[in-house]
Amino acid sequence: MTDRLSTKLAARLRKRHRGEKLFRLGGLGAILLAVSFLATLLVSIGVSGYTAFQQTTILLQINLPVDPVNAGYPGLVKKSLREAFPSVSSRRNKKELYRLVSSGAAWEIRNYLTDHPDQAGKTVTVTVTASDDVDMLINGKVSRLDPPQVRRLSDQQVAWIDQIRASGNLKIGFNTNFFFNGDSREPELAGIAAAMAGSFFSLIICLGLAFPLGIMAAIYLEEFASKTRLTSLIEVNINNLAAVPSIVFGLLGLAIFLNFFELPRSAPLVGGMVLALMTLPTIIITGRASLKAVPPSIREAALAIGASKVQSVFHHVLPLALPGVLTGTIIGMARAVGETAPLLMIGMVAFIVDVPKSILEPATALPVQVFLWADAPERAFEERTAATIIVLLVFLMAMNLIAVILRRKFEVRW
Amino acid sequence: MDCMTMTPTKPLSELPLAALQFAQQKPFVLQSTEREADMTTDSVSSRSPAPVEVTSVGRIRMQTSDLNVHYGDTQALHDISLEIPENQVTALIGPSGCGKSTYLRCLNRMNDVIDSCRVEGSVKLDDADIYGPEVDVVELRARIGMVFQKPNPFPKSIYDNVAYGPRIHGLADSREELDSIVMESLEQARLFDEVKDRLQAPGTSLSGGQQQRLCIARAIAVKPEIILMDEPCSALDPIATSGIEALIDDLKDAYTIVMVTHSMQQAARVSQRTAYFHMGQLVETGSTDKVFSDPRDPRTRDYISGRIG
Amino acid sequence: MVAALFTGSLVAILVTVGIVLSLVFETFRFLQIVPLTEFLFNPQWSPQTAIRTDQVGASGVFGAIPLITGTLLISAIALAVAAPIGLFSAIYLAEYANSKTRAVVKPTLELLAGIPTVVYGFFAVLIIAPLLRDGGAWAGLSVSSESALAAGLVMGIMTIPFVSSTADDALIAVPLSLKEGALALGSTRSEAIRQIIIPAALPGITGGLLLAASRAIGETMIVVMAAGLAANLTLNPLEAVTTVTVQIVTLLTGDQEFDSAKTLAAFALGLLLFIVTLILNVIAQHIVKKYREQYD
Ligand SMILES: Nc1ncnc2c1ncn2[C@@H]1O[C@H](COP(=O)(O)OP(=O)(O)O)[C@@H](O)[C@H]1O
Ligand SMILES: [Mg+2]
Repeated sequence: MTDRLSTKLAARLRKRHRGEKLFRLGGLGAILLAVSFLATLLVSIGVSGYTAFQQTTILLQINLPVDPVNAGYPGLVKKSLREAFPSVSSRRNKKELYRLVSSGAAWEIRNYLTDHPDQAGKTVTVTVTASDDVDMLINGKVSRLDPPQVRRLSDQQVAWIDQIRASGNLKIGFNTNFFFNGDSREPELAGIAAAMAGSFFSLIICLGLAFPLGIMAAIYLEEFASKTRLTSLIEVNINNLAAVPSIVFGLLGLAIFLNFFELPRSAPLVGGMVLALMTLPTIIITGRASLKAVPPSIREAALAIGASKVQSVFHHVLPLALPGVLTGTIIGMARAVGETAPLLMIGMVAFIVDVPKSILEPATALPVQVFLWADAPERAFEERTAATIIVLLVFLMAMNLIAVILRRKFEVRW
Repeated sequence: MDCMTMTPTKPLSELPLAALQFAQQKPFVLQSTEREADMTTDSVSSRSPAPVEVTSVGRIRMQTSDLNVHYGDTQALHDISLEIPENQVTALIGPSGCGKSTYLRCLNRMNDVIDSCRVEGSVKLDDADIYGPEVDVVELRARIGMVFQKPNPFPKSIYDNVAYGPRIHGLADSREELDSIVMESLEQARLFDEVKDRLQAPGTSLSGGQQQRLCIARAIAVKPEIILMDEPCSALDPIATSGIEALIDDLKDAYTIVMVTHSMQQAARVSQRTAYFHMGQLVETGSTDKVFSDPRDPRTRDYISGRIG
Repeated sequence: MVAALFTGSLVAILVTVGIVLSLVFETFRFLQIVPLTEFLFNPQWSPQTAIRTDQVGASGVFGAIPLITGTLLISAIALAVAAPIGLFSAIYLAEYANSKTRAVVKPTLELLAGIPTVVYGFFAVLIIAPLLRDGGAWAGLSVSSESALAAGLVMGIMTIPFVSSTADDALIAVPLSLKEGALALGSTRSEAIRQIIIPAALPGITGGLLLAASRAIGETMIVVMAAGLAANLTLNPLEAVTTVTVQIVTLLTGDQEFDSAKTLAAFALGLLLFIVTLILNVIAQHIVKKYREQYD
């Protein structure tokens, strides 16, 4: 290398090293950006949703009726509130006072009486759910410094809340409504039980269909199919099916299951069937991969001791491939749990108050509940939407964790 | 097909080679001493402009002392001390897995690429430690070229393969200058006549021997001082091999060459110095004639006589 | 026994046949009410306003152009986010990160693809849209509360792993010898990556981008929640646009008689979506497969 060249080289070197540094920083920046998106998403949902796991309740002195049937429970609630604040006299103020507790309070008193028939006629302390506006003030989603239109509570109402709180009759507890109720127009009464049941039923159907069909297809293609045109056509078909937009599966379900076979609309049965068709390719592909990973020597050994081809596959190859197959199935199920669009197509997007008890009853699913609540005008639904997402993500994480553990535990290196 | 302009039976010295003429026009040795005089500011060679050390071996360009290399927990090289003389071919021989490649890759810090690799001891180019903190590996590798075992032309045209180095280092100021660097390098690598009509064809379209000469041309184009070759002929057929050997023989007048080979015949044919490695140790080193005709160490003797492969 | 095993594969085939048949059949019925030229070339989409009273069950104008441009606009924004971030992440993971970092970061990035899209939709509504509106107001721009930008940005985040995973695979598959060849000539790492490794990995990277594009085009929930229903024919990312998938959902949710042009239109849109994503996937798979063979 001549002198002239080495000076040229040196002159450029600094610039080149700067370029190198920038490029590397670009890579690092991209990763940080992606990870920070993920973090922002999780944190914002966590922050927005954790408050929905607790609920403000108010203790009311209720003079329980003797006759539980014709009792006029809403009146009991109002009476109790008026007694707690005897100075409230105008109609408007009374109305405001009543709005501190949820419209579900009457039901709660009735349930209390059903559970404690011996208390009939006595005056007891009953815990009732506070209204969503009160709850938001207590859990900090709105501030007392906000203007009344924003916090949706008048100064008078805030003062009452402070009074109830000071008297020790305001409690913050676990939000049982959220986990045990179906949907409701009132945020403080709305829960995800119906959606969870819908998700559960759909998933059972999905698993029950996709798992056996997927395994059968995987075994057939990997162990029995000869390399014909048909086989390769099936392969291409499965690969493409895995990439078809999920909404198209919804259209399929609508046209075939609902309109042609006239299965019930909004039913988890149909939802599960659609989800099964969607997850089938995933299960087939991962299933084949884990069958392929079993070395041929196992098959040969089985055949050598006189097993038939079918026996060798079912007794020797499949057990070894099962952890991989299960992992793939769980991953497919995890995707199905979060799927929304195809369920919208088959009508599993409905206002479901009662928890469905069978696969034929109208139902919705957790992600659909998220979709429904995200659109609701009441602000208190925002935290419930986020909380539903948290529940959904916890399910997904649990499923993926099981998949990872399965893989770790049974992973065999050939 | 690897059509060389010469046959392996012809003595190398008789070959009228464009490359040789080129080398004569440009007295590289002289340039190299010239640049010593004012290279003191260079980050690598911060040595004093001492007079050229003339021993029987020739001036020492590179020197490793007590070189130990580990891959994770396993040690691949043990206390290697070896000198590389200028304008000679030093052959590194030994059974496979003995650490020849590892040693060679220490000389241009190619081992930096491997996460698990740890290098201890000193490797000096002239008098500066190339593992020193102020050393710029980019510049170092521009000064020490490398040719690999398997020809690895870039998926680019023949021209762009050779022009790659000059371009990144900015060695040419104009298109014409770049053209002439590419042409000279291809000529020096004895490839020009075979490819002059298809410089835009992909480098991967050449035969194995041509690809390897392309890689040599690519290395030469950066005008390095030292060229490291890791079994450059092991992927080639005998005719292509003899072509590369002849090429190495004329390159040594302009460059200092270190070559790994596990063919003893090849070492005997092209090298002036030989170092015999065995299980990560440098067993014996000396002039090629001496090592082959009268090896000191019994292990060398066994290897040369074919008892260790 | 083997015949029983075949049923699984048979179902997979039947699904495809079912999709194609149902979409084609309903589309055919749709085209008897609305001419193909109107569907493909009319720049107006307004299925709700009845202007064609002469035909039974027909209503409104069914020009898919605003939906197609809306879909492409949002997908383009998504790719503009996902391509650079995904590609640079892949480069860092494949070429710079040590194995420990890689083992942590790669699955973390893939989490982005595992989050249900309805969650992204909510995220867009909850965080991104207000952010854009406030940011726009601050900069003197009016950003509509449902905008192509909000939907596209969030969809971009979702598609990052589709780009980064395939790009990472493609980069890793480039033979080490090429990288070493470049480094041995005195390239800096970034020069080796930009001039040698990326060109060599380009087919794989392109395949990943196509997959991401297909994913973005077929994505439903994010756009349903964040993009809006207004069939504006615009390329302004600050305005609300609607997409093919949004309209499918809108046309089919709520009670509807099955033979109206509105419901049939949803199937025509579905067929359009199916064909486009299928073509993208086939090309992507072909490129990736060819590329794998090259270095295997
Ligand atoms: N990248 C690497 N990682 C771990 N060990 C390596 C690596 N490269 C080489 N080795 C080990 O170092 C020793 C020397 O290898 P090498 O230098 O390639 O030998 P040679 O070139 O003489 O055949 C061998 O035992 C080899 O297994
Ligand atoms: Mg070697």
